[in-house]
Amino acid sequence: MNVAELNHKLIAAARANPPSDRVPYAFEKRILARLAGQRMPDDWALWARALWRAAAPCVAIMMLFSVWSYLAPNGNVPAGDLSQEFENTLLAAVDQEQPAEPAR
Amino acid sequence: MERTEAELIAAVLRGDAASFEPLIQKYSPRVFATARRYARRESEVEDIAQEVWLKAFQKLKSFRGEAPFEHWLMRLAVRTCYDFLRGHQRNRETTFSELTDTEGDWLERFVKQPDSVSEHADAARQLIERVLAQLSPPARLVITLLEIEDRSVKEIAKLTGWSVPLVKVRAFRARAEMRKLLTKIAKEKYL
Repeated sequence: MNVAELNHKLIAAARANPPSDRVPYAFEKRILARLAGQRMPDDWALWARALWRAAAPCVAIMMLFSVWSYLAPNGNVPAGDLSQEFENTLLAAVDQEQPAEPAR
Repeated sequence: MERTEAELIAAVLRGDAASFEPLIQKYSPRVFATARRYARRESEVEDIAQEVWLKAFQKLKSFRGEAPFEHWLMRLAVRTCYDFLRGHQRNRETTFSELTDTEGDWLERFVKQPDSVSEHADAARQLIERVLAQLSPPARLVITLLEIEDRSVKEIAKLTGWSVPLVKVRAFRARAEMRKLLTKIAKEKYL
């Protein structure tokens, strides 16, 4: 079989039979109905919608942490001056004992 | 008085979606004809056409009016068809032993007397559809645009968004892929 000739014949067949350009009845009405449900996309509107959606989970997480911090037992935490504890924590690395210098 | 395309587009951009209707009516036949090149089932064709128009509406802001609206729309249509082909890649490892009787007869006559068979025959049309369906998405797109629609490499580059060298490379590979498929038909049928 001559493959090049077959290729030529089949391409000619495709050219000789162009696809129909028939449009289904009331197609444009259907598209317009679809478009009526969606407005032109606006970047600010998209941002606003995304932020509004994110607001509810953020509030919920904030409430959970508030309740947790209010109800959490604080038995292990030594009572004392908060500023002093903060300073101790901050300078913990500096306060650690320096290794002994080697004898000369 | 009939409004021009530019006026219709400006009205749509101002929020008057109804002004989009005359554009849909005018260009839908071309969109459907393009979609029918790549999709076989009518439901798929309608899905593609619908997607083209929804995308056109959403991206209308990007139409700068430097080229005709039709060219811009056809670029969108071709790219949507290509996305459809990539998204619906079927298993292309099927055999050609399932050719219908009319396709088989057409091939038999072609083998005996290549000049006697008509390319206008339904069997030839069915056979080329079958072969195109087996091609990879880029090969099918390139063969359709270059060989069947007789477009230039430059035109294809504009339509697809590919560079000219890429179109040439893909055209070379597509022709090789097509030859390989036709050789496979010949082997399965006559060996």
